[in-house]
Amino acid sequence: MAEYIIKNGHVFDPVQGIKGDKADVAIKDGKIVAKAGSGAKVIDAKGKTVMAGGVEIHAHIAGPKVNVGRIYRPEDKLFTYTPTKGNQRMGGGNSIPTTFKTGYLYAKMGYTTAMEAAMPPLFSRHVHEEIRDTPIIDEGAYPVLGNNWFVMEYIKNNEVENTAAYIAWLLRATKGYAIKSVNPGGTEAWAWGLNCLSIHDPVPYFDITPAEITKGLIEANEFLGLPHSLHIHPNNLGNPGNYTTTLDTLKLAEGYKAKNKFGREQVMHLTHTQFHSYGGDNWANFESKAKEVMDYVNKAKNITIDTGNVTLDETTTMTADGPFEHHLTELNHLKWANVDVELETAAGVVPYIYSPTISVCAIQWAIGLELALMAKDPMRCFITTDHPNAGPFTRYPRVIKWLMSAKAREIQINAFKHKDKVLSQSSIGTQDREISLYELAQMTRAGPAKALGLSNMIGGLKPGMDADVVVYDFSPDKPVANPDQIEAAFSKAAHVFKSGVEVVTNGEIVNNGNKRTIWVNAKVKENPQVMRDINEKFLKYYSVSQANYESLGHHFIPNPYAIEVDATQ
Amino acid sequence: MKNPPALYLEADNVAPDKFAGKNASQIADLHVHEGNTTSTLGKYFEVSGTAGATAAETRVIVKGDVKKVKYLGMKMSAGELVVEGSTDQYTGAWMTGGNILVKGNVEAFAALAMKGGELVIEGNAGNYLGAAYRGDWRGMSGGKIFVKGNAGSDVGMYMLGGEIVINGNVDVHVMTHAEGGKVIIKGNAKSKLGGQLVDGTIIVFGSIDVMMPGFKPAGIVELEVEGAKAKFAHYIGDTGERKKKRKGQIVYGNLYQKA
Amino acid sequence: MTKTVTDVVCPFCGTLCDDLEVVVSDDGKHLTEVYNACVIGTEKFLHSQAKDRITRPRLRQEDGSWKEISYDEAAEYTAKMLAKAKKPLMYGWSSTNCEAQSMGHEIAEMVCACVDNTAAVCHGTTLIAVQDIGIPSCTLGEIKNRADRILFWGCNPAHAHPRHMSRYSIFPRGFFTGKGQKSRKMIVVDPRVTDTAKLADVHLQIEQGRDYELLNAFRVALNNEWLPDVVAGIPAEKIREAANLCKSGRFGIIFFGMGVTQTLSKNHNIDEAIALTKHLNEFTKFSIMPMRGHYNVTGSGEVLGWQFGFPYSVDLTRGFARYNPGDTSTIDLLARGEVDAFFTIASDPGAHFPISRVKQIAKLPSVCIDPHQTPTSGVSKLHVPVAFAGIEVGGNAYRMDNVPIDLRKVVDPPAGMLTDEEFLTKVRDRVKQLKGLA
Repeated sequence: MAEYIIKNGHVFDPVQGIKGDKADVAIKDGKIVAKAGSGAKVIDAKGKTVMAGGVEIHAHIAGPKVNVGRIYRPEDKLFTYTPTKGNQRMGGGNSIPTTFKTGYLYAKMGYTTAMEAAMPPLFSRHVHEEIRDTPIIDEGAYPVLGNNWFVMEYIKNNEVENTAAYIAWLLRATKGYAIKSVNPGGTEAWAWGLNCLSIHDPVPYFDITPAEITKGLIEANEFLGLPHSLHIHPNNLGNPGNYTTTLDTLKLAEGYKAKNKFGREQVMHLTHTQFHSYGGDNWANFESKAKEVMDYVNKAKNITIDTGNVTLDETTTMTADGPFEHHLTELNHLKWANVDVELETAAGVVPYIYSPTISVCAIQWAIGLELALMAKDPMRCFITTDHPNAGPFTRYPRVIKWLMSAKAREIQINAFKHKDKVLSQSSIGTQDREISLYELAQMTRAGPAKALGLSNMIGGLKPGMDADVVVYDFSPDKPVANPDQIEAAFSKAAHVFKSGVEVVTNGEIVNNGNKRTIWVNAKVKENPQVMRDINEKFLKYYSVSQANYESLGHHFIPNPYAIEVDATQ
Repeated sequence: MKNPPALYLEADNVAPDKFAGKNASQIADLHVHEGNTTSTLGKYFEVSGTAGATAAETRVIVKGDVKKVKYLGMKMSAGELVVEGSTDQYTGAWMTGGNILVKGNVEAFAALAMKGGELVIEGNAGNYLGAAYRGDWRGMSGGKIFVKGNAGSDVGMYMLGGEIVINGNVDVHVMTHAEGGKVIIKGNAKSKLGGQLVDGTIIVFGSIDVMMPGFKPAGIVELEVEGAKAKFAHYIGDTGERKKKRKGQIVYGNLYQKA
Repeated sequence: MTKTVTDVVCPFCGTLCDDLEVVVSDDGKHLTEVYNACVIGTEKFLHSQAKDRITRPRLRQEDGSWKEISYDEAAEYTAKMLAKAKKPLMYGWSSTNCEAQSMGHEIAEMVCACVDNTAAVCHGTTLIAVQDIGIPSCTLGEIKNRADRILFWGCNPAHAHPRHMSRYSIFPRGFFTGKGQKSRKMIVVDPRVTDTAKLADVHLQIEQGRDYELLNAFRVALNNEWLPDVVAGIPAEKIREAANLCKSGRFGIIFFGMGVTQTLSKNHNIDEAIALTKHLNEFTKFSIMPMRGHYNVTGSGEVLGWQFGFPYSVDLTRGFARYNPGDTSTIDLLARGEVDAFFTIASDPGAHFPISRVKQIAKLPSVCIDPHQTPTSGVSKLHVPVAFAGIEVGGNAYRMDNVPIDLRKVVDPPAGMLTDEEFLTKVRDRVKQLKGLA
């Protein structure tokens, strides 16, 4: 394997506390090393920015609902398709790229790890097939558990150990990475056309509340000591006034401490917080409650969030919050796909246009940015677009531009049709903070890596870590004449290394790499009760056999990377 | 046409916009595709004349047998295109302006998602005339189409605006899912007119074999259509579909059949 | 001696039963009995054991006879045919595993071909409707556990998906449906009195070609609007009764098939059925699901979907993917003389296409990959037999509700036979060389 020395770049590495100093980064045998050998190929990074590869903590890029989105939106690909080019497969889709395109686009922006945010366990084979067909980037997937029949029954009976045993079994059966909870309880209610809009709304028949489910999942997560925390999409997404539900949800984490061997400090990761920071009580008086949410998050050290920034594009919403998607289609009358998944979850898909001429969309844009700009600890607030819900991940460079340049924000605010409403219903007009490159590295590299329990491996440039390194053609020394330069630089990395292999040069794919699928293998004490419950439910209620559910052969995951967790104590 | 292709030709570059500012030899160098091979217009056509400086000042005349040539006039925004015979699919698809005259028939997908301009077909039109592209809820939104002969099925699907006039008969499905626009059929229609229509107008002079149950009788009215007045049976609908409200009143689509 | 392989997945129809048990010889070379499958599935397994199976590729000679050739020679012929063609069409895919489909797509991308699957003559119209209006749906286990209103519209599962009603839709006692059939009401819409219709609580004997009108009338009834006395041969009161029966349930499902996907209106029938389903969600929970035919046509759609963005009728000839049934769909491509080479795999267009199109296939350079001798292999220039996926090789497949189930290998194929994937890999490698991409 080739050796490299990336010389004279401005390094931004929160893991080692390097804040833009000129430093060399050496790569050997797929890892970062302290010193390069004499034969190392020199990469000139003079005047450029060097960071670890980006870590995407939440995106919908692989699986059944993503594919429904692709299949049912031929118009998402009309006239914008990228042709085959040598080793690079053809790719299309503006809001929902095909899998080959997904890998290439992330890599070109300097992202090297991405987590599929919601895997319905029954469909794990599908998720893994798509992950396998996404080149270059390492990926993992979060099985959804917040509406799972086993989980609800065990938590109702206060059986933490059984909950944990079931989750360990499920992670192994689906090669999943973390505990994801979407609209806890509400999506089971949706199987009857109902919902749970507050954390105390009981789930029909199961008679358990979202609050109980959430606390039970936190407890199970810490019992197991998993690398990541509970990753939660709270109830009441998208509705004016929902910030109270969000604060209620955040407060459920009070008193819990993270227990794990991976350096993770949070017990709850609240995702796409923008969608959950709404005030007012209807669309006319809709307003931002980003301040209220961030006041709490800033004080609660055992919480991490990601933003879910709106990018002002025509995009496609897709989420396991089935009732929300039905609500959305009733609002905008656009085509609605829905899949209820037996014993587990549901999903909905609806196209959405975030138009700058609509005041609500403009305020949503403001909220996403406010959250990041008001975050006191960049290691606990990460940048996402909840792709493709708030916008395509390909807009990260644009979001970065808005965060790093108050002038860029001002230009966008002035372009809104209802600028006055944006300024009155949010505080974006008063936010003059500009995120620095170091903070950016915290919010998109070191922070998410740490929250995922992978801080030894990725998100930094410390010797021993994986050689996922990016060089951006962006000089921290020179003042930025035009904020669009930020967007241009972060769209097309000068060099990207993935596990020590150069995969991108000057924004072009030069190698498909050898991506890994990261999953968590949690061992628990033998639990005959849980195994019996599993056997029984497959016999009586599932529509596939247990053996076939558990069958996840090598051809689905050619390059697995298991994180071992011992929870047998 | 020389060297007639064994398969079909995709001529996405035959439009005033693509020819504007070019001389004959430059135009002859424009790409044309036969399956997975790319060639030039000059291989299949004799090109003569000079284009105008802009699309608006350019007039393109296509002679010869172009029954196996697709995409003539695609995406044109101004100027004129005259096809002196019948042609194939996607004629004038995605056009936003200008005038197209086809002295023959067109096949499916003519004037897909049209935004403006005028398309006149002296022969017959195939299916999906003035319809939306697959999956897109935004169909034809402006412009005018006139068909002297008959039209196929799925005329004006997802129509939002503009006007289509068919002198002859139409096949099934007219203005399915439409939210605006007008289709006038001088001849006979078969069935499934205005299915799932949210708003829009359909006027039929001839017979309708089977009415959609979602269109309820609303009396007889007098209308002036294309300069002539006549009595029409009026139906409103689709009563099975969602309806918009204007000033608190439900807005229905309108179907008129000459009484 | 024998052993029994359990949890075997049946590779025939979209019901994709995965509870089969197959008895095989100890040496793993023969299977002797099949348990739990329907007659069709049982026959699928048993007939793979036929003694007169074709086990090697054969090339059509000038005089019309077949000459046996090697797999390598067959791969060479196939690669050359595809690489040379200006607009080759690679059709079928529905009766093999996803791994083979994926390999085929690599070839298609290199030779700039059209790729299409059996949805083109089956549920392709469903896909068009889904693209226009979406689809509220669920997995089959939800039907088993919750559904109490079952509509079969234009389909006859008693014949086409024999275990559907017992495994999922009518008879099972699920979590919330402990009374099984007794907790469900069944409505069948079909012009014929089929064996499925005989089980129904309500049979609407619809006038042929008027499904779109009847579906529209259901929606009109839901809106409490005026209806003519009779729609599609059904009296208005019966329509209102049926609509109310749907509304009165807790969880309803509409299953549908060729009776609506391939009759007058096609995709519009499905579009309005989906609109009706969405409309019913204003009153109670309702879902809709297509009764997919081939056991992995859904898989072909999924793989095409994530790799190219479209589920069938994909045109790669310009080096990037385009999609528009009517232009890029197989029947139209054949009818209009748009393709110059025809490659079939894992399906039988010779049996299913209009005879005029089959005659087109007969005129073209053609390759047919199929374990069987079929009307398609009969008109093709090269016939390449392969191992049976789901019997002699595993691999992923997708059920009609999109649930992925990994097929199992139960016995070895006859000695020396290749699988679809293995043969396609040879073709891919040779095409790479021919195209200078190796």
